[in-house]
Amino acid sequence: MAVSLSPTNLPSAGITPDQLEQGSSLWRDAWHRLAKNKLALFGGITLVVLGFACVFGPMFSSYSYEQIDLALGASAPSAEHWLGTDTLGRDQLVRILVGGRISIGVGLCATLVALTIGVVYGAVSGFFGGKIDALMMRIVDIMYALPFTIFVILLMVFFGRNIVLLFVAIGAVEWLTMARIVRGQILSLKKMEFIEAAHAMGLGKRRIIFRHMIPNVLGPIIVYTTLTIPAVMLLEAFLSFLGLGVQPPLSSWGVLIKDGAEKMEEFWWLLVFPGTIFSLTLFSLNFLGDGLRDALDVRSAKD
Amino acid sequence: MFSFIFRRLLQIIVVLWVIITATFFMIRFVPGGPFTAEKAVTPEILRNLEAHYGLNKPLWQQYTDYMGSLILRGDLGPSFKYASRTVNEIIADKLPVSIELGALSLGVALVVGLILGVIAAVKRNTVFDYLASSVAMMGICVPTFVLGPLLVLFFAIQLRWFNASGWYTPADRVLPALTLGLVYAAYVARLTRGGMLEVLNQDYIRTARAKGASEIRVIFRHGLRGGLLPVVSFLGPAIAGILTGSFVIETIFQIPGLGREFVQSAFNRDYTLVLGTVILYATLIVTLNLIVDIVQVWLNPKLKFE
Repeated sequence: MAVSLSPTNLPSAGITPDQLEQGSSLWRDAWHRLAKNKLALFGGITLVVLGFACVFGPMFSSYSYEQIDLALGASAPSAEHWLGTDTLGRDQLVRILVGGRISIGVGLCATLVALTIGVVYGAVSGFFGGKIDALMMRIVDIMYALPFTIFVILLMVFFGRNIVLLFVAIGAVEWLTMARIVRGQILSLKKMEFIEAAHAMGLGKRRIIFRHMIPNVLGPIIVYTTLTIPAVMLLEAFLSFLGLGVQPPLSSWGVLIKDGAEKMEEFWWLLVFPGTIFSLTLFSLNFLGDGLRDALDVRSAKD
Repeated sequence: MFSFIFRRLLQIIVVLWVIITATFFMIRFVPGGPFTAEKAVTPEILRNLEAHYGLNKPLWQQYTDYMGSLILRGDLGPSFKYASRTVNEIIADKLPVSIELGALSLGVALVVGLILGVIAAVKRNTVFDYLASSVAMMGICVPTFVLGPLLVLFFAIQLRWFNASGWYTPADRVLPALTLGLVYAAYVARLTRGGMLEVLNQDYIRTARAKGASEIRVIFRHGLRGGLLPVVSFLGPAIAGILTGSFVIETIFQIPGLGREFVQSAFNRDYTLVLGTVILYATLIVTLNLIVDIVQVWLNPKLKFE
């Protein structure tokens, strides 16, 4: 018998060509459904435009982010400064774009931390099941009820306000929902036949988790990652607003909103523009997340 | 049910103990003490200050002293920053303001949220539904620290209907409570709409209609009960959110509540005040969560105390 043992024929290779084809058509279906959802599409396009503007925009501006023009001071939006200038005469459009880099960057890094903790925790809990699962989920339940924002505030005050601590602390708070979702998915996956087959073939637990289960929970993970980013950005801005987040000379949208709120009585544009951009970003992320949820047909276990 | 409550109470005690202990040691291991911010004090004065507050004792003894007086007398110790005032006095002074703000905000959240949610569910897929849903989405995406200043800008500075800050007249309550409440009203509206839509399609609603029950009765007596269930389970997170949200609201509107005091005390490194406030907030949140859980089972016959 000439059974070829090329890697693609090995069952343990994880994805066979068959699965691959099926997989791609699932994603194509989802893409079509997403493209029909106008709000989600609007959200996605807005995010791409904002992202590009924040990363590349400042390079094309004739003003720099720190360029002070005390003679000009705070000026209302005009042809030279589209979104006006702050009290030091700095161009606000550039400041918002550069602040966006920090806000989005912190949002993404903190989400990555939350994602890693949540997925690993949820996968382990769901995979082992039984007493371990009960204990691990009990811990999550208890943590849900704790005033975590308070601890993030304490951490930031006591251990210096550095940006790495900021996103690690935020990420360490926002992983709970992700853990629950992943665990629920894994529990239902465990009963599927192809997992039983993997067990029957004697594959190791680690291999089953990482090669067979996690690829299959990718849909829900993508959806809740999209929905975690706005939550994380909100917490960052909340802390920055209290003066506990990003510190000068760096600046984020939360910092700009805080400065704007202090000076809004005379210079409304300092509050209105950063506030609008920030809200628009949250809005887009939420709609994109909702749209993805519908497109990938993800229902949460507890939502 | 009683064994459920008993077990949860035990769990609450363990959780609170962990929180108190963790916070106690965390704030003592950080660089810089409550007296380092002051203009340079001589070592002698510093020693006297530390002796006065018991900071010269070994750490474990400070811990047992603190826990002892907390458990026996509910005593949270003296404040480090406000000489001659105890943490208990400060909390008794500031907490009522925060509770009033929180209760009003929760009221706004429930009233506005339920009304919008019911309208959206009953007038499903009409202009009312879209309008209610958009308002709800706005509430979710515009954070309190943007909404608050914007409301002040418009209603206080432009129209001069309200004061921009302060906490004196009943009118001073309007803007802060709206700001803090509207975000949660948005979530409540979304949950109510979803919950009611699910219920309104069920058989017993058709039965009620067939019996000739009026539409109002069907909606409020049968439909709303179903719509309320997801709202009740959201109350736990909402209460926690309103408590922490009040830090920002009290800062924006300069309200003399415990939220602003907490942030200030953290900046001041007023250890005992920080610790006392954390203990209070944690106790409040876990207790309210227990109550929410009990109400939830009581409202929904499908759930059981486990």
